[in-house]
Amino acid sequence: MSHDAFISRETIEAVESGVLDGQRVAVKDNISTQGVETTCGSAMLADYVPPYDATVVERLKGSGATIVGKTNMDEFGMGTTTETSHFGPTTNPVDEERVPGGSSGGSAAAVAAGEADLALGSDTGGSVRCPAAFCGVVGIKPTYGLVSRYGLVAYANSLEQIGPLAPTVEEAAELLDVVAGPDEHDATTRKQERDVDYAAAADGDVDGMTIGVLSELVSGADEGVTAAFEGTIADLEAQGAEVREVSLDSLAHAVQAYYVIAMSEASSNLARFDGVRYGVSGASDEGDYDGNWNDAFARSREAGFGSEVKRRVLLGTYALSAGYHDKYYKKAQDARAWIKRDFDDVLAEADVLASPTMPVLPPKLGESLDDPLQLYLMDANTVPVNLADLPAISVPAGTADGLPVGAQFVGPAFGEESIIRAASAVE
Amino acid sequence: MSETAVDPETVEHVAELARVDLTPDERERFAAQFAEILDSFAALDEVPAVEAEPDLVNVLRTDEVREGLSQADALSNASATENGYFEGPPVG
Repeated sequence: MSHDAFISRETIEAVESGVLDGQRVAVKDNISTQGVETTCGSAMLADYVPPYDATVVERLKGSGATIVGKTNMDEFGMGTTTETSHFGPTTNPVDEERVPGGSSGGSAAAVAAGEADLALGSDTGGSVRCPAAFCGVVGIKPTYGLVSRYGLVAYANSLEQIGPLAPTVEEAAELLDVVAGPDEHDATTRKQERDVDYAAAADGDVDGMTIGVLSELVSGADEGVTAAFEGTIADLEAQGAEVREVSLDSLAHAVQAYYVIAMSEASSNLARFDGVRYGVSGASDEGDYDGNWNDAFARSREAGFGSEVKRRVLLGTYALSAGYHDKYYKKAQDARAWIKRDFDDVLAEADVLASPTMPVLPPKLGESLDDPLQLYLMDANTVPVNLADLPAISVPAGTADGLPVGAQFVGPAFGEESIIRAASAVE
Repeated sequence: MSETAVDPETVEHVAELARVDLTPDERERFAAQFAEILDSFAALDEVPAVEAEPDLVNVLRTDEVREGLSQADALSNASATENGYFEGPPVG
């Protein structure tokens, strides 16, 4: 059964043998693959063929993996359901009437349906963890700077990271081992001070670990989600973890801060799509340009961008415009600093923090698209870690009404081993 | 009730700044949605000024010539080219 998880099915063979020998890996379609279309789920890039590989793709090819295709996604990563894709929605393999989550919905669905062994997605405000939770698989959003973004088509650079999706924590960690590490092409990547083996951290040993439960992110969740999450935490306690409740005042403003920053960065990043270097041309059918640069530019972007992308580019332009910069953008940066500080404080007293990944169960297709604000509020539990540059993982934590529920664990910066260990004890 | 006045003309003005043409339907729809979304962003007014700890330093690599894309590769996705250059609309 196809779930429209792929935009293009391509076989890209490995160039070297390695730890991923024989593994079929699906790659989100905003990650550049040399000679293979990379559309970002947009009409703007429907025919775009990158002349180079993203660093993560080079690392996959150097570790024995076979890339089996490019996966569907919300247009330019903007969405929480994979319904804003120009190429149509992906369905959730668990329940085909429901969305797979977004924006890496194709990657999560490919893994959940067994159409790939592993997948790469990208997470700007939860885009790996949300579809992992909705499709019942594992997804990791690495610490900002752990994985190179070279070759990832930028949406909001200061927030996003490429991350792995897999059926199990250990397999996700193994894929992280392959793609993590400094890259001379991305100056925001950081050199690790010591050797790490993420896969080895999936040992299920939480005896003596301190888990802080983020009370603000539990109280906002649906009843069934809360019940499954609390069952998971009780199970970890039974395995020897020490559980305590923690509260962060700053989280109440995370969604607003996230969207102001993400939209502002998007309005600037997407300026590159002008129909001249790449993208839908603003020229007339005969190849002639009518009017001046601005007219042609605006026409190209009308034809190339879908509604959600236009909405975010315009709101970002508004938030950065004269008279509103201090009211929106500056305040959002204050909120970001506040959230970072709050996380640092509680992570000084707990090894990991926990919450449901998504406060809701996967909605039905078409159910949530009409009200953008309600859709943005669905991201309440995932966006804080992107603002704080921290690592987080989503692991399946039972079901509610027969649908998957994800538990999220958040760790200190470059503390991936802790969240992998905690998540592996849930399986 | 929205406190933020966003009319279709404001949306049109921002669309001009952003160089994105809109359909008439998008102009109307965005005006209502922007009012609601910007109202929610107003919650940021309650955020205290926070002393961010800037541990930022410039990271500069040595300025050395390195291999880059070939001219043909760089032009490979352009809709129109002429004599090895991108061809674009007239400026101004």
